[in-house]
Amino acid sequence: MAKKDSLSPETQSLIKTAISRRGLIAGVGAVGAAGALAACGSGGSGDSASGASDTVRWANWTLYLDVDASGKVYPSIEEFTQQTGIKVDYREDINDNDEFYGKVQGQLKLGKDIGYDIVTPTDWMAARWIRLGYTKEFDTANIPNAVNVLDSLADVSFDPGRARSLPYQGIMAGLGWNTAKVPKGLHTLDDLFAPANKGKITVLSELRDTMGIIMLYQGVDITNFNEAQYMNAVDFLAKKISDGWIRGVKGNEYKEDLISGDATAVIGWSGDMFQLALENEGKFDFAIPDSGGTFSNDNFLIPSVAPAESKANAEKLINYYYEPAVAAQVAAYVNYVTPVKGAQAEMEKIDPTLAKSEYIFPSEATQSRLKVFRALTPAEETSFTTAFQKAAGN
Amino acid sequence: MALIHAARSRVSAFSGGKASMPYVLLAPGLIFLFTFFILPIANLAQTSTQTPIAGGDTGEYEQTFHFANYVNAFLDNKEQFGRSFLYATLATVLALAIAYPLAYAIALKSGKFKNFLLVLVVAPFFTSFLLRTIAWKQILGEGGFVVPTLRGLHIIGEQTSLTASAVAVVAGMTYNFLPFMTLPLYASLERIDPRTLEASGDLYANGITTFRKVTLPLSMPGVVAGTLLTFIPAAGDYVNAAILGNPNTKMIGNVIDSSFFKIVDYPTAAALSFTLMIAILILVTIYIRKSGTDELV
Repeated sequence: MAKKDSLSPETQSLIKTAISRRGLIAGVGAVGAAGALAACGSGGSGDSASGASDTVRWANWTLYLDVDASGKVYPSIEEFTQQTGIKVDYREDINDNDEFYGKVQGQLKLGKDIGYDIVTPTDWMAARWIRLGYTKEFDTANIPNAVNVLDSLADVSFDPGRARSLPYQGIMAGLGWNTAKVPKGLHTLDDLFAPANKGKITVLSELRDTMGIIMLYQGVDITNFNEAQYMNAVDFLAKKISDGWIRGVKGNEYKEDLISGDATAVIGWSGDMFQLALENEGKFDFAIPDSGGTFSNDNFLIPSVAPAESKANAEKLINYYYEPAVAAQVAAYVNYVTPVKGAQAEMEKIDPTLAKSEYIFPSEATQSRLKVFRALTPAEETSFTTAFQKAAGN
Repeated sequence: MALIHAARSRVSAFSGGKASMPYVLLAPGLIFLFTFFILPIANLAQTSTQTPIAGGDTGEYEQTFHFANYVNAFLDNKEQFGRSFLYATLATVLALAIAYPLAYAIALKSGKFKNFLLVLVVAPFFTSFLLRTIAWKQILGEGGFVVPTLRGLHIIGEQTSLTASAVAVVAGMTYNFLPFMTLPLYASLERIDPRTLEASGDLYANGITTFRKVTLPLSMPGVVAGTLLTFIPAAGDYVNAAILGNPNTKMIGNVIDSSFFKIVDYPTAAALSFTLMIAILILVTIYIRKSGTDELV
């Protein structure tokens, strides 16, 4: 799981230009959208409430925290509130890194509250937030458990010494399938693009995962590749899409297509597939492709625009999720790779089978099959994303 | 005393300044239009000719009056432009075909059920547009009852799916915009004086001729208004294509969405929005001229 990011650690200073008319109007739309979202929330989300020192607002991905059968109560959050008296306004508002960034960046630029005190974007997006000065430095005194972070993740190029970020969960991207429709399972992309799956395949809108898996299949080293190799892989994807193999290029909502039966084989995320399997009596399964899968982390960040009063609360929450017992509790539900030392020992107490799960505590052998997509320059980010979106019909 | 004086002077200001009255009354509307239409449009125009700052980060652009953005944005996405207008046209024609008989029946034949039927036409608005579209995804999906039924009747094959297809997108748009077509049609049909129909009969016209020579021409304002209210939002729609379509049925709205939110390429998104706006404006102008309904509004 060694990080191969080669981003410059230099943090660009926040654009502090006076609020131009353009900036103001660009912000209005985003504020309006966020305001509408906030209005939908169940209390404690108004600006005045956010300032209160007993609340912390957390934007996370869907199916990404332990939840009870009703789907409304998050046991680990309840426990945190009992311990600290801090209420958590938890929202599953992140469906896709780019989409989420697009929604909040106008306000970040203007220095306006985005309505969250904690966000959890993926490595490359966390790198962008940190680079642009959109995050707050942690007060380490509030996060003593930070020492529990796995050694391999303790230092990353985009955030030396983890001063502004801590991994929340590690994600493997690979192949997922409906066991009733694809009884033999999937091991390679050739299996994915088998005639029986035609028109029932979805791939992730996360460029680095979908393109990473395709490039690995084509024998390209995704930690070190050139533009031609990338564009070659985009052509492969574009061909599969125009030939009608792929029904959708989706963010987290690919799970809905799997549940409804509209999709039977996907490029998806490990934890999602195990949760779906659990909830649907083994109807779904996951595997890392023989040619290799991708790996990345989602990271706790505190937005630069979060009110000062909620920062300590946010830090306490991060600290709480770095307790090995809590990390194990979350991992037992989400089935993603936990970045917390000691969680494996705690998992023995919860579920000994899960303590041996390669997908929560990957062995060296499993880790060697996972690769991290190399960092892109801003110019590459634009041209590579454009090519990817174009292939996806956009 | 001072109060009375002030009140008097205000009265005189009102009565004396009658000429300024229309402007005072117009002010709220004008301010609203300026803030929420003119300013954003100006901002959009400004953004559309920007280019990335050399060495800048993702999403950082500067004004260079690079009008080639328009050409590039159009040429790169002409397929989606074409598809948007094709789907919008199909949805409009279908909606007209469904809505005309419906509006005709409600306006002229429904008797005491008129109000009830009108409520039914408007009822879908009580639920969110998004939810209704997602509901169609469920209904037409593998889990719904439609696909198994059609498969059972051997109308569609095992591999065929109804969602993630062009048919689903056009059907979704037709459904979503149907009330916008029905209501103007109803309004103009309802206004038709029944005596004109009687007169037509008296002059030995049969039902078809009466419809062709009297009802249809008199309902033309409704047809034009309804088609415009359907076509314009349909051409810019992206929800139906996003939820009911696949990557090969994406419309220009989806491209604008992804340029803005995913690629963070604001100039292209702005240029595309402008191009779409102008294209619609031209089409609508030609359409109104051709249909010769100046008394539309």
